[in-house]
Amino acid sequence: MVNLGDFFYSLGIWLQGLLVRAGMSESAAHSLFSALVAAVLPLLALMTAIPLIWLERKWIARLQDRMGPNRVGPFGLLQVFADMIKIFTKEDITPRGADRVVFALAPVLAVAGVLGLWAVIPFAANAFGVDLNVGVLYLVAVGTLSTLAIMLAGWSANNKYALLGAFRTVAQMISYEVPLVLSLLVPVLLSGSLGLNGIVSAQREVWFVFSAPLAALLFLLASQAEVSRAPFDLLEAESEIVAGFNIEYSGMKFGFFFVGEFLHSFTMGLLGATLFLGGWTGPGVDSYPALGALYLILKGTSIYFIFVWARATFPRIRIDQMLNFNWKLLTPLGLFLIPTLALVNRALSESSPWLRSAALLGANILLAIAVLLILGLRGRAARMRAASAAHVPAASTR
Amino acid sequence: MENAWAAIGIFMIVAIALPAAALVMARLLGPKKPSPIKQDTYECGVETVGESWVQFKAQYYVYALAFVVFDVEVVFLYPWARAYGQLPLFATLEGALFILILAVGLLYAWRKGALEWQ
Repeated sequence: MVNLGDFFYSLGIWLQGLLVRAGMSESAAHSLFSALVAAVLPLLALMTAIPLIWLERKWIARLQDRMGPNRVGPFGLLQVFADMIKIFTKEDITPRGADRVVFALAPVLAVAGVLGLWAVIPFAANAFGVDLNVGVLYLVAVGTLSTLAIMLAGWSANNKYALLGAFRTVAQMISYEVPLVLSLLVPVLLSGSLGLNGIVSAQREVWFVFSAPLAALLFLLASQAEVSRAPFDLLEAESEIVAGFNIEYSGMKFGFFFVGEFLHSFTMGLLGATLFLGGWTGPGVDSYPALGALYLILKGTSIYFIFVWARATFPRIRIDQMLNFNWKLLTPLGLFLIPTLALVNRALSESSPWLRSAALLGANILLAIAVLLILGLRGRAARMRAASAAHVPAASTR
Repeated sequence: MENAWAAIGIFMIVAIALPAAALVMARLLGPKKPSPIKQDTYECGVETVGESWVQFKAQYYVYALAFVVFDVEVVFLYPWARAYGQLPLFATLEGALFILILAVGLLYAWRKGALEWQ
Protein backbone atom coordinates (compact mmCIF):
# COMPACT_ATOMS: atom_id res chain seq x y z
CA MET A 1 0.00 0.00 0.00
CA VAL A 2 2.86 2.35 0.83
CA ASN A 3 4.24 2.61 -2.69
CA LEU A 4 1.13 1.69 -4.63
CA GLY A 5 0.78 5.19 -6.05
CA ASP A 6 4.43 5.41 -6.92
CA PHE A 7 4.17 3.87 -10.35
CA PHE A 8 7.70 4.59 -11.60
CA TYR A 9 9.37 3.45 -8.41
CA SER A 10 7.40 0.20 -8.16
CA LEU A 11 8.04 -0.50 -11.82
CA GLY A 12 11.75 -0.07 -11.17
CA ILE A 13 11.67 -2.36 -8.13
CA TRP A 14 9.71 -4.97 -10.09
CA LEU A 15 12.13 -4.88 -13.04
CA GLN A 16 15.13 -5.18 -10.74
CA GLY A 17 13.47 -8.08 -8.91
CA LEU A 18 12.91 -9.80 -12.24
CA LEU A 19 16.58 -9.42 -13.15
CA VAL A 20 17.73 -10.77 -9.76
CA ARG A 21 15.47 -13.80 -10.12
CA ALA A 22 16.93 -14.39 -13.59
CA GLY A 23 20.27 -15.00 -11.89
CA MET A 24 21.84 -11.56 -11.70
CA SER A 25 23.53 -10.11 -8.65
CA GLU A 26 21.71 -7.29 -6.84
CA SER A 27 24.20 -4.57 -7.79
CA ALA A 28 24.44 -5.68 -11.43
CA ALA A 29 20.66 -5.56 -11.71
CA HIS A 30 20.67 -2.06 -10.25
CA SER A 31 23.35 -0.84 -12.68
CA LEU A 32 21.56 -2.41 -15.64
CA PHE A 33 18.31 -0.75 -14.58
CA SER A 34 19.85 2.73 -14.29
CA ALA A 35 21.51 2.23 -17.67
CA LEU A 36 18.10 1.34 -19.11
CA VAL A 37 16.54 4.48 -17.61
CA ALA A 38 19.38 6.58 -19.00
CA ALA A 39 18.78 5.11 -22.45
CA VAL A 40 14.97 5.42 -22.49
CA LEU A 41 14.65 8.92 -20.99
CA PRO A 42 16.20 10.82 -23.97
CA LEU A 43 13.80 9.02 -26.30
CA LEU A 44 10.84 10.08 -24.15
CA ALA A 45 12.17 13.64 -24.03
CA LEU A 46 12.46 13.74 -27.83
CA MET A 47 8.92 12.39 -28.16
CA THR A 48 7.50 15.27 -26.07
CA ALA A 49 8.44 17.59 -28.96
CA ILE A 50 5.51 16.14 -30.95
CA PRO A 51 2.67 17.35 -28.68
CA LEU A 52 4.64 20.54 -27.92
CA ILE A 53 4.78 21.66 -31.56
CA TRP A 54 1.04 21.13 -31.91
CA LEU A 55 0.34 22.92 -28.62
CA GLU A 56 2.50 25.92 -29.44
CA ARG A 57 1.08 26.32 -32.94
CA LYS A 58 -2.44 26.22 -31.53
CA TRP A 59 -1.60 28.71 -28.77
CA ILE A 60 0.13 31.15 -31.12
CA ALA A 61 -2.79 30.86 -33.51
CA ARG A 62 -5.36 31.63 -30.83
CA LEU A 63 -3.28 34.58 -29.57
CA GLN A 64 -3.19 35.94 -33.12
CA ASP A 65 -6.92 35.30 -33.67
CA ARG A 66 -6.40 32.39 -36.09
CA MET A 67 -7.52 28.76 -36.01
CA GLY A 68 -4.09 27.13 -36.26
CA PRO A 69 -3.65 23.62 -37.68
CA ASN A 70 -7.14 22.06 -38.01
CA ARG A 71 -7.13 20.03 -41.25
CA VAL A 72 -5.03 16.92 -40.56
CA GLY A 73 -6.80 14.73 -38.03
CA PRO A 74 -9.10 15.90 -35.21
CA PHE A 75 -8.10 19.46 -34.12
CA GLY A 76 -5.10 19.19 -36.41
CA LEU A 77 -3.50 16.68 -34.04
CA LEU A 78 -1.86 14.74 -36.87
CA GLN A 79 -0.33 17.85 -38.45
CA VAL A 80 3.01 17.21 -36.76
CA PHE A 81 3.17 13.67 -38.15
CA ALA A 82 2.38 14.94 -41.64
CA ASP A 83 5.17 17.50 -41.28
CA MET A 84 7.54 14.79 -40.07
CA ILE A 85 6.84 12.61 -43.11
CA LYS A 86 7.41 15.60 -45.36
CA ILE A 87 10.63 16.69 -43.69
CA PHE A 88 12.05 13.15 -43.69
CA THR A 89 11.68 12.88 -47.46
CA LYS A 90 13.20 16.28 -48.27
CA GLU A 91 16.52 16.63 -50.04
CA ASP A 92 19.45 17.35 -47.76
CA ILE A 93 21.45 20.18 -49.32
CA THR A 94 24.95 21.16 -48.22
CA PRO A 95 25.99 24.48 -49.74
CA ARG A 96 29.22 24.77 -51.70
CA GLY A 97 32.22 25.66 -49.57
CA ALA A 98 30.57 24.75 -46.26
CA ASP A 99 32.51 22.97 -43.53
CA ARG A 100 30.76 19.61 -43.99
CA VAL A 101 31.51 17.96 -40.65
CA VAL A 102 30.60 21.00 -38.55
CA PHE A 103 27.56 21.67 -40.74
CA ALA A 104 26.16 18.20 -39.95
CA LEU A 105 27.26 18.27 -36.31
CA ALA A 106 25.46 21.51 -35.41
CA PRO A 107 21.80 20.29 -35.57
CA VAL A 108 22.72 17.10 -33.70
CA LEU A 109 24.31 19.15 -30.91
CA ALA A 110 21.35 21.54 -30.82
CA VAL A 111 19.05 18.63 -29.89
CA ALA A 112 21.54 16.67 -27.78
CA GLY A 113 22.30 19.69 -25.60
CA VAL A 114 18.63 20.06 -24.72
CA LEU A 115 18.05 16.33 -24.19
CA GLY A 116 21.05 16.29 -21.87
CA LEU A 117 19.25 18.65 -19.48
CA TRP A 118 16.55 16.03 -18.89
CA ALA A 119 19.02 13.69 -17.19
CA VAL A 120 18.85 15.50 -13.84
CA ILE A 121 15.24 16.76 -13.68
CA PRO A 122 13.40 15.04 -10.80
CA PHE A 123 9.90 14.08 -12.03
CA ALA A 124 8.72 12.67 -8.70
CA ALA A 125 10.26 11.87 -5.32
CA ASN A 126 11.74 8.64 -6.66
CA ALA A 127 11.65 9.17 -10.41
CA PHE A 128 14.63 10.86 -12.05
CA GLY A 129 17.28 9.89 -14.56
CA VAL A 130 20.24 10.56 -12.31
CA ASP A 131 20.25 12.35 -8.95
CA LEU A 132 23.55 14.13 -9.49
CA ASN A 133 24.92 15.90 -6.40
CA VAL A 134 26.20 18.74 -8.60
CA GLY A 135 22.98 18.95 -10.63
CA VAL A 136 22.88 22.75 -11.05
CA LEU A 137 26.49 22.90 -12.27
CA TYR A 138 25.64 20.12 -14.74
CA LEU A 139 22.71 22.20 -16.01
CA VAL A 140 25.01 25.20 -16.56
CA ALA A 141 27.56 23.06 -18.41
CA VAL A 142 25.17 21.13 -20.65
CA GLY A 143 22.91 24.13 -21.26
CA THR A 144 25.79 25.84 -23.07
CA LEU A 145 25.91 23.09 -25.73
CA SER A 146 22.96 24.52 -27.66
CA THR A 147 24.62 27.96 -27.79
CA LEU A 148 27.68 26.26 -29.21
CA ALA A 149 25.52 24.43 -31.76
CA ILE A 150 24.05 27.68 -33.07
CA MET A 151 27.50 29.28 -33.30
CA LEU A 152 28.81 26.26 -35.22
CA ALA A 153 25.80 26.34 -37.55
CA GLY A 154 26.28 30.00 -38.38
CA TRP A 155 30.01 29.63 -38.87
CA SER A 156 30.04 26.47 -41.01
CA ALA A 157 27.45 27.45 -43.63
CA ASN A 158 29.79 29.74 -45.64
CA ASN A 159 27.07 32.38 -45.84
CA LYS A 160 27.35 35.99 -44.70
CA TYR A 161 23.87 36.14 -43.21
CA ALA A 162 24.53 32.94 -41.29
CA LEU A 163 27.80 34.40 -40.04
CA LEU A 164 25.99 37.53 -38.84
CA GLY A 165 23.60 35.22 -36.98
CA ALA A 166 26.59 33.52 -35.36
CA PHE A 167 27.99 36.91 -34.27
CA ARG A 168 24.68 37.83 -32.72
CA THR A 169 24.70 34.49 -30.93
CA VAL A 170 27.98 35.52 -29.32
CA ALA A 171 26.49 38.84 -28.27
CA GLN A 172 23.14 37.54 -27.08
CA MET A 173 23.22 33.96 -25.84
CA ILE A 174 26.62 34.40 -24.22
CA SER A 175 25.60 37.67 -22.54
CA TYR A 176 22.35 36.28 -21.17
CA GLU A 177 24.19 33.27 -19.81
CA VAL A 178 25.46 35.55 -17.02
CA PRO A 179 22.07 36.51 -15.44
CA LEU A 180 20.85 32.95 -16.05
CA VAL A 181 23.74 31.48 -14.10
CA LEU A 182 23.33 34.14 -11.38
CA SER A 183 19.63 33.33 -11.02
CA LEU A 184 20.39 29.59 -10.87
CA LEU A 185 22.66 30.41 -7.94
CA VAL A 186 19.76 31.68 -5.81
CA PRO A 187 17.94 28.33 -5.29
CA VAL A 188 21.33 26.82 -4.39
CA LEU A 189 21.86 29.66 -1.92
CA LEU A 190 18.46 29.22 -0.28
CA SER A 191 18.40 25.42 -0.15
CA GLY A 192 22.09 24.77 0.54
CA SER A 193 22.03 21.97 -2.02
CA LEU A 194 23.48 21.66 -5.52
CA GLY A 195 21.31 18.62 -6.36
CA LEU A 196 17.94 19.30 -7.95
CA ASN A 197 16.11 16.86 -5.70
CA GLY A 198 17.53 18.64 -2.65
CA ILE A 199 16.34 21.99 -4.03
CA VAL A 200 12.82 20.59 -4.54
CA SER A 201 12.71 19.11 -1.03
CA ALA A 202 13.76 22.50 0.42
CA GLN A 203 10.62 24.03 -1.12
CA ARG A 204 8.14 21.86 0.79
CA GLU A 205 7.07 24.79 3.00
CA VAL A 206 7.57 27.84 0.76
CA TRP A 207 8.28 27.91 -2.97
CA PHE A 208 11.33 29.93 -3.92
CA VAL A 209 9.26 32.06 -6.28
CA PHE A 210 7.76 33.62 -3.12
CA SER A 211 11.02 34.03 -1.20
CA ALA A 212 13.01 35.20 -4.25
CA PRO A 213 10.63 36.60 -6.90
CA LEU A 214 13.38 38.74 -8.46
CA ALA A 215 15.53 35.67 -9.08
CA ALA A 216 12.56 33.92 -10.68
CA LEU A 217 12.02 36.95 -12.93
CA LEU A 218 15.71 36.99 -13.87
CA PHE A 219 15.48 33.29 -14.72
CA LEU A 220 12.37 33.84 -16.86
CA LEU A 221 13.88 36.71 -18.87
CA ALA A 222 17.32 35.15 -19.24
CA SER A 223 15.93 31.78 -20.34
CA GLN A 224 13.66 33.44 -22.90
CA ALA A 225 16.81 35.02 -24.36
CA GLU A 226 18.74 31.78 -24.01
CA VAL A 227 16.23 29.82 -26.14
CA SER A 228 16.21 32.87 -28.51
CA ARG A 229 12.45 33.24 -28.54
CA ALA A 230 10.60 36.18 -30.09
CA PRO A 231 11.52 39.39 -28.30
CA PHE A 232 15.07 38.01 -28.35
CA ASP A 233 15.12 36.22 -31.72
CA LEU A 234 17.85 38.43 -33.17
CA LEU A 235 19.93 35.48 -34.30
CA GLU A 236 17.33 34.39 -36.83
CA ALA A 237 15.58 37.74 -37.41
CA GLU A 238 13.83 37.09 -40.76
CA SER A 239 13.42 40.75 -41.68
CA GLU A 240 17.05 41.66 -40.96
CA ILE A 241 19.36 38.74 -41.73
CA VAL A 242 16.88 36.50 -43.61
CA ALA A 243 16.99 33.49 -41.28
CA GLY A 244 20.30 33.99 -39.57
CA PHE A 245 22.19 30.90 -38.55
CA ASN A 246 19.83 28.38 -40.19
CA ILE A 247 19.59 30.04 -43.62
CA GLU A 248 21.44 27.26 -45.49
CA TYR A 249 19.81 24.35 -43.68
CA SER A 250 17.15 22.18 -45.29
CA GLY A 251 15.21 19.01 -44.59
CA MET A 252 15.78 17.13 -41.37
CA LYS A 253 18.73 19.29 -40.27
CA PHE A 254 16.53 22.38 -40.43
CA GLY A 255 13.80 20.49 -38.58
CA PHE A 256 16.15 19.60 -35.76
CA PHE A 257 16.90 23.24 -35.01
CA PHE A 258 13.18 23.76 -34.53
CA VAL A 259 12.69 20.62 -32.48
CA GLY A 260 15.63 21.80 -30.38
CA GLU A 261 14.08 25.24 -29.90
CA PHE A 262 10.61 23.97 -28.91
CA LEU A 263 12.07 21.37 -26.61
CA HIS A 264 14.47 23.92 -25.08
CA SER A 265 11.63 26.27 -24.16
CA PHE A 266 9.68 23.47 -22.53
CA THR A 267 12.76 22.17 -20.74
CA MET A 268 13.43 25.67 -19.42
CA GLY A 269 9.81 25.66 -18.20
CA LEU A 270 10.41 22.37 -16.40
CA LEU A 271 13.63 23.71 -14.87
CA GLY A 272 11.88 26.90 -13.76
CA ALA A 273 9.16 24.77 -12.15
CA THR A 274 11.81 22.63 -10.42
CA LEU A 275 13.92 25.53 -9.16
CA PHE A 276 11.27 28.11 -8.26
CA LEU A 277 7.79 26.53 -8.25
CA GLY A 278 8.48 23.59 -5.97
CA GLY A 279 8.97 20.93 -8.69
CA TRP A 280 6.99 17.78 -7.93
CA THR A 281 5.70 18.98 -4.53
CA GLY A 282 1.96 19.52 -4.15
CA PRO A 283 -1.03 18.20 -2.24
CA GLY A 284 -1.07 14.41 -1.93
CA VAL A 285 2.43 13.63 -3.25
CA ASP A 286 3.42 11.81 -0.07
CA SER A 287 0.76 9.12 -0.45
CA TYR A 288 0.78 9.10 -4.28
CA PRO A 289 4.28 10.11 -5.48
CA ALA A 290 3.30 9.62 -9.14
CA LEU A 291 1.15 12.74 -8.81
CA GLY A 292 4.44 14.66 -8.60
CA ALA A 293 5.14 14.10 -12.30
CA LEU A 294 1.71 15.53 -13.14
CA TYR A 295 2.33 18.60 -10.94
CA LEU A 296 5.74 19.16 -12.49
CA ILE A 297 4.37 18.94 -16.04
CA LEU A 298 1.48 21.30 -15.19
CA LYS A 299 3.82 23.87 -13.62
CA GLY A 300 6.34 23.52 -16.46
CA THR A 301 3.62 23.93 -19.08
CA SER A 302 2.38 27.12 -17.43
CA ILE A 303 5.88 28.64 -17.59
CA TYR A 304 6.10 27.44 -21.21
CA PHE A 305 2.83 29.24 -21.86
CA ILE A 306 4.38 32.48 -20.55
CA PHE A 307 7.22 32.02 -23.07
CA VAL A 308 4.74 31.51 -25.92
CA TRP A 309 2.61 34.43 -24.74
CA ALA A 310 5.65 36.74 -24.69
CA ARG A 311 6.61 35.48 -28.13
CA ALA A 312 3.19 36.40 -29.51
CA THR A 313 3.04 39.77 -27.72
CA PHE A 314 6.34 41.63 -27.95
CA PRO A 315 8.09 42.93 -31.07
CA ARG A 316 11.73 42.06 -31.63
CA ILE A 317 14.11 44.37 -29.76
CA ARG A 318 17.15 46.11 -31.24
CA ILE A 319 20.62 44.67 -30.63
CA ASP A 320 21.86 47.62 -28.52
CA GLN A 321 18.66 47.55 -26.44
CA MET A 322 19.10 43.81 -25.96
CA LEU A 323 22.70 44.22 -24.77
CA ASN A 324 21.94 47.22 -22.54
CA PHE A 325 19.03 45.37 -20.93
CA ASN A 326 21.36 42.53 -20.04
CA TRP A 327 24.56 44.29 -18.99
CA LYS A 328 23.08 47.41 -17.42
CA LEU A 329 20.00 45.98 -15.72
CA LEU A 330 19.88 42.20 -15.34
CA THR A 331 23.54 41.56 -14.51
CA PRO A 332 23.94 44.33 -11.86
CA LEU A 333 20.59 43.31 -10.38
CA GLY A 334 21.76 39.71 -10.12
CA LEU A 335 25.06 40.82 -8.59
CA PHE A 336 23.29 42.81 -5.86
CA LEU A 337 20.57 40.21 -5.31
CA ILE A 338 22.92 37.40 -4.34
CA PRO A 339 24.81 39.03 -1.42
CA THR A 340 21.54 40.56 -0.12
CA LEU A 341 19.73 37.21 -0.08
CA ALA A 342 22.79 35.44 1.34
CA LEU A 343 23.07 37.91 4.24
CA VAL A 344 19.34 37.83 5.08
CA ASN A 345 19.23 34.05 4.83
CA ARG A 346 22.36 33.64 6.98
CA ALA A 347 21.16 36.09 9.65
CA LEU A 348 17.84 34.25 10.04
CA SER A 349 19.13 30.70 9.61
CA GLU A 350 17.87 29.73 13.08
CA SER A 351 14.30 31.01 12.67
CA SER A 352 11.28 29.29 11.12
CA PRO A 353 11.06 28.92 7.31
CA TRP A 354 7.99 31.16 7.18
CA LEU A 355 9.71 34.08 8.95
CA ARG A 356 12.82 33.63 6.81
CA SER A 357 10.79 33.62 3.60
CA ALA A 358 8.92 36.76 4.68
CA ALA A 359 12.23 38.54 5.36
CA LEU A 360 13.64 37.39 1.99
CA LEU A 361 10.49 38.59 0.23
CA GLY A 362 10.87 41.96 1.97
CA ALA A 363 14.49 42.22 0.80
CA ASN A 364 13.37 41.42 -2.74
CA ILE A 365 10.66 44.07 -2.67
CA LEU A 366 13.11 46.69 -1.33
CA LEU A 367 15.62 45.84 -4.08
CA ALA A 368 12.87 46.00 -6.73
CA ILE A 369 11.75 49.44 -5.48
CA ALA A 370 15.37 50.66 -5.54
CA VAL A 371 15.80 49.40 -9.13
CA LEU A 372 12.57 51.07 -10.25
CA LEU A 373 13.60 54.35 -8.59
CA ILE A 374 17.03 54.36 -10.26
CA LEU A 375 15.45 53.51 -13.62
CA GLY A 376 12.89 56.28 -13.20
CA LEU A 377 15.53 58.90 -12.30
CA ARG A 378 17.84 57.87 -15.16
CA GLY A 379 14.92 57.86 -17.57
CA ARG A 380 13.89 61.35 -16.52
CA ALA A 381 17.49 62.62 -16.83
CA ALA A 382 17.71 61.16 -20.34
CA ARG A 383 14.41 62.77 -21.34
CA MET A 384 15.56 66.15 -19.96
CA ARG A 385 18.83 65.89 -21.91
CA ALA A 386 16.95 65.02 -25.08
CA ALA A 387 14.52 67.87 -24.57
CA SER A 388 17.23 70.51 -23.98
CA ALA A 389 19.32 69.18 -26.90
CA ALA A 390 16.32 69.53 -29.17
CA HIS A 391 15.60 73.02 -27.84
CA VAL A 392 19.02 74.72 -27.97
CA PRO A 393 19.88 74.36 -31.71
CA ALA A 394 16.39 75.54 -32.60
CA ALA A 395 16.93 78.66 -30.50
CA SER A 396 20.38 79.38 -31.96
CA THR A 397 19.24 79.29 -35.59
CA ARG A 398 16.72 81.97 -34.94
CA MET B 1 28.79 8.30 -7.56
CA GLU B 2 30.75 6.65 -10.40
CA ASN B 3 27.47 4.92 -11.23
CA ALA B 4 25.70 8.28 -11.65
CA TRP B 5 28.36 9.55 -14.05
CA ALA B 6 28.20 6.30 -16.03
CA ALA B 7 24.44 6.83 -16.37
CA ILE B 8 25.08 10.42 -17.54
CA GLY B 9 27.54 9.03 -20.08
CA ILE B 10 24.98 6.56 -21.45
CA PHE B 11 22.37 9.32 -21.45
CA MET B 12 24.56 11.68 -23.48
CA ILE B 13 25.55 8.96 -25.95
CA VAL B 14 21.88 8.11 -26.56
CA ALA B 15 21.01 11.83 -26.75
CA ILE B 16 23.60 12.31 -29.51
CA ALA B 17 22.83 9.03 -31.27
CA LEU B 18 19.06 9.71 -31.59
CA PRO B 19 19.25 12.88 -33.74
CA ALA B 20 22.27 11.47 -35.62
CA ALA B 21 20.27 8.34 -36.52
CA ALA B 22 17.34 10.47 -37.66
CA LEU B 23 19.67 12.51 -39.90
CA VAL B 24 21.09 9.34 -41.47
CA MET B 25 17.54 8.02 -42.04
CA ALA B 26 16.46 11.31 -43.63
CA ARG B 27 19.51 11.13 -45.93
CA LEU B 28 18.53 7.62 -47.04
CA LEU B 29 14.86 8.54 -47.59
CA GLY B 30 15.30 11.89 -49.32
CA PRO B 31 16.08 12.44 -53.01
CA LYS B 32 19.61 13.39 -54.11
CA LYS B 33 19.74 15.60 -57.19
CA PRO B 34 22.53 18.10 -56.63
CA SER B 35 22.97 20.95 -59.08
CA PRO B 36 25.39 23.91 -59.03
CA ILE B 37 22.58 26.44 -58.59
CA LYS B 38 20.95 24.51 -55.76
CA GLN B 39 24.21 24.36 -53.86
CA ASP B 40 24.99 28.02 -54.32
CA THR B 41 25.19 30.21 -51.25
CA TYR B 42 21.77 31.77 -50.72
CA GLU B 43 21.83 35.55 -50.39
CA CYS B 44 18.31 36.46 -51.49
CA GLY B 45 19.08 35.88 -55.17
CA VAL B 46 22.11 38.17 -55.34
CA GLU B 47 25.37 36.48 -56.32
CA THR B 48 27.88 36.32 -53.48
CA VAL B 49 30.92 38.53 -53.61
CA GLY B 50 34.17 37.60 -51.89
CA GLU B 51 34.85 35.37 -48.92
CA SER B 52 32.30 34.64 -46.19
CA TRP B 53 34.79 34.06 -43.41
CA VAL B 54 35.87 37.66 -43.00
CA GLN B 55 37.19 39.76 -40.15
CA PHE B 56 34.36 40.80 -37.86
CA LYS B 57 33.42 43.63 -35.55
CA ALA B 58 35.68 43.72 -32.50
CA GLN B 59 32.76 44.76 -30.27
CA TYR B 60 31.52 41.16 -30.07
CA TYR B 61 34.91 40.21 -28.66
CA VAL B 62 34.54 42.67 -25.76
CA TYR B 63 31.23 41.10 -24.75
CA ALA B 64 32.72 37.63 -24.96
CA LEU B 65 35.55 38.79 -22.65
CA ALA B 66 33.10 40.25 -20.13
CA PHE B 67 31.18 36.97 -20.25
CA VAL B 68 34.29 34.93 -19.47
CA VAL B 69 35.06 37.12 -16.43
CA PHE B 70 31.56 36.86 -14.97
CA ASP B 71 30.94 33.21 -15.76
CA VAL B 72 34.18 32.05 -14.18
CA GLU B 73 33.34 34.17 -11.14
CA VAL B 74 29.92 32.54 -10.77
CA VAL B 75 31.41 29.07 -11.02
CA PHE B 76 33.60 30.06 -8.05
CA LEU B 77 30.46 31.12 -6.19
CA TYR B 78 28.66 27.75 -6.44
CA PRO B 79 30.68 26.00 -3.72
CA TRP B 80 30.29 29.11 -1.55
CA ALA B 81 26.50 29.12 -2.04
CA ARG B 82 26.36 25.43 -1.10
CA ALA B 83 28.42 25.77 2.10
CA TYR B 84 27.99 29.28 3.56
CA GLY B 85 25.15 28.07 5.84
CA GLN B 86 27.55 25.83 7.78
CA LEU B 87 30.41 28.35 7.89
CA PRO B 88 30.81 31.32 10.27
CA LEU B 89 29.23 34.65 9.36
CA PHE B 90 32.65 35.87 8.20
CA ALA B 91 32.44 33.54 5.16
CA THR B 92 29.12 35.07 4.10
CA LEU B 93 30.54 38.60 4.38
CA GLU B 94 33.62 37.60 2.43
CA GLY B 95 31.47 36.13 -0.35
CA ALA B 96 29.42 39.33 -0.46
CA LEU B 97 32.64 41.38 -0.65
CA PHE B 98 33.87 39.21 -3.54
CA ILE B 99 30.66 39.88 -5.47
CA LEU B 100 30.83 43.62 -4.74
CA ILE B 101 34.41 43.77 -6.08
CA LEU B 102 33.08 42.22 -9.29
CA ALA B 103 30.25 44.73 -9.37
CA VAL B 104 32.92 47.46 -9.24
CA GLY B 105 34.61 45.73 -12.18
CA LEU B 106 31.34 45.86 -14.12
CA LEU B 107 31.00 49.55 -13.21
CA TYR B 108 34.54 50.16 -14.52
CA ALA B 109 33.75 48.47 -17.85
CA TRP B 110 30.55 50.50 -18.00
CA ARG B 111 32.30 53.85 -17.36
CA LYS B 112 35.01 52.97 -19.88
CA GLY B 113 32.29 52.60 -22.49
CA ALA B 114 32.94 48.91 -23.13
CA LEU B 115 29.20 48.21 -22.85
CA GLU B 116 28.14 50.79 -25.45
CA TRP B 117 27.06 49.35 -28.80
CA GLN B 118 28.46 51.45 -31.67
